Amino acid sequence: MQTPLIPADIAQPDPGLFVLTGSWTARAVGDVDRKLVSMSAADAAEVVIDGSHLDTIDSVGVWILQRQLKKIRDKGVSIRLLDWSSHSQKLMEIVEEQIAVPLLQTPQISLLEKIGRKGEAVWKDTFSLLSFIGEAALAFVRIVAHPMRWRVRPTLKYIQIAGFDALPIVGLTSFLLGIVVAYQGADQLRHYGANIFVVDLVGFSMLREFSPLITAIIIAGRSGSAYAAQIGTMVVTEEIDAMRTIGIEPIDLLVLPKIIALAVALPLLTVFSDVTGVLGGMIMARSQLDIGFNEFLVRFGSEIHLPALLIGVGKAFVFAFIIVIIGCYQGFRTKGNADSVGRQTTRSVVQSIFIVIVLDSLFSVIFSMLDL
Amino acid sequence: MDAVTGQTDAAQANTPNVIEMRKVCTRFGTHSVHTDLDLDVRRGEIFAIVGGSGSGKSTLLREMIMLHRPSSGSIKILGADLQTISEEEAMILRQRWGVMFQHGGLFGTLNVLDNIGLPLREHTRLDDTLINELAAWKLTLSGLKPETGLQYPPELSGGMLKRASLARALAFDPELLFLDEPTAGLDPGGAGGIDTLVRTLHDLYRSTIVIITHDLDLLWQVTDRVAVLGEGKVVGLGSMMELSQMDHPIIRGYFDGPRGRTAQEQAQKLNKE
Repeated sequence: MQTPLIPADIAQPDPGLFVLTGSWTARAVGDVDRKLVSMSAADAAEVVIDGSHLDTIDSVGVWILQRQLKKIRDKGVSIRLLDWSSHSQKLMEIVEEQIAVPLLQTPQISLLEKIGRKGEAVWKDTFSLLSFIGEAALAFVRIVAHPMRWRVRPTLKYIQIAGFDALPIVGLTSFLLGIVVAYQGADQLRHYGANIFVVDLVGFSMLREFSPLITAIIIAGRSGSAYAAQIGTMVVTEEIDAMRTIGIEPIDLLVLPKIIALAVALPLLTVFSDVTGVLGGMIMARSQLDIGFNEFLVRFGSEIHLPALLIGVGKAFVFAFIIVIIGCYQGFRTKGNADSVGRQTTRSVVQSIFIVIVLDSLFSVIFSMLDL
Repeated sequence: MDAVTGQTDAAQANTPNVIEMRKVCTRFGTHSVHTDLDLDVRRGEIFAIVGGSGSGKSTLLREMIMLHRPSSGSIKILGADLQTISEEEAMILRQRWGVMFQHGGLFGTLNVLDNIGLPLREHTRLDDTLINELAAWKLTLSGLKPETGLQYPPELSGGMLKRASLARALAFDPELLFLDEPTAGLDPGGAGGIDTLVRTLHDLYRSTIVIITHDLDLLWQVTDRVAVLGEGKVVGLGSMMELSQMDHPIIRGYFDGPRGRTAQEQAQKLNKE
């Protein structure tokens, strides 16, 4: 259906005559540029550009040609077009004007300035995160003062979505984690004939460390990201602005119920994770170390005391705030487009998991200083 | 035939029509959008497609630019039959037309200049500086300031997005230019600017321009012929002057409203001057 285009070419039968042939279009212009650059009109007073053999020329072709002609023109040689269609001639004239306009460059930024800008951005980011926490706290105070304004329904819904619906995944993960911990311990303890200590190992590590941590990480990935995406999308579709104009504080409706919901749900999930985790360890202890369920539970009751459970649950309570605050904050930071929603969502998950782990290690240090 | 539009393509030189649609039917489930629709667009004209919401204008455009396949019927664009076209031919065809999308369709991760240069960068081996220079020119051609080139699409206003999208559509000096709602959502000044821009580009590139629009001013000011869609067919076809004499209720709906009359008076006043 389409005959192939004849590639663009140029010939210089004598110094003052350039003959163009073929299609000088984006698709067929090929390497003619390189050939053109090598051509100059050294001795001629006038250069004639013969367009009579030209099939067609578009703005790419004209631009390439004019770029070289400019160099020739700058040497004081005049240029004349011969046998050009009026339309192509018009294109040549427009490009001749335009080609003199210098290209705008992206301003170069020095390394020092980059560091400075980055530092400023981090500072501003931290500051706005702190002010977001402040706003949320104020909103909480308002609600305590006027309990009628507390939105009960969304809160309950969020407890269901973030808490109840997450039971299977949290339970299974903790169960497997309990198995892993007991299995790794079993090997070491058997050497010393200290089989029964697997109870302490599983009990303390699950209750104090692993359960709150793994639950928080799962919920950060599951609910934290959902919060950021939900709020981010609402920013893009101007729902947040609409809320403000109607007179609903977005924080009251979107953030507080989530904070309250997760502050309830995450500690409960952690207790559930404790149960399934220890159950996993118990099953492993029986099959690897010959410790029966009964024996395990008796030892568990006498060795693991309430503080271990409370420390874990207390940590979960703090993690709940982190996850909601970071998720919602990143959601509100969304700007303009769909791309930004994705970026903020990713950021919310990475940041909240990071902060959760940092805090967890801080807690370990503090608790060991307090001899808890 | 002039130098720019005269591509070395014998088949299409014989036919004056750039777009030929025959018995096109489009169904979504049981809902029928087009039934046996025929439409021709002649080379070099500024052609507009109008119709109420849901009349299938946008679907028709999507079918022309190979984003949607009609349920039956044939569409020929620049001499190529879209039903039987090979992947290779389709690629060439895509370089011979340009599409300006209603909301810009610019890539959010590239700045405006890179967006405009993208088609050339993707399909030719031209060097980077050349592509940037060309992109900067197309940018000014569509009426944007050179500084805009370094901005990113989310930072632009609706009107600037449309102009940038148009600049990208011009990358290959298209023979055929599709404009989807070029003035929707613009202030009167901005819309007027688009009117002038469409005519300037038509003069410069002599492309055939197909516009989907609701804008009566744009219709009166720039179009050569207009097709009115309704009931799944073309219910009226002709210049705005001819259409304004027709009796079909859908067409009357367009002209008899107060806005229709004002736009017509405005256009006639301009013509007299």
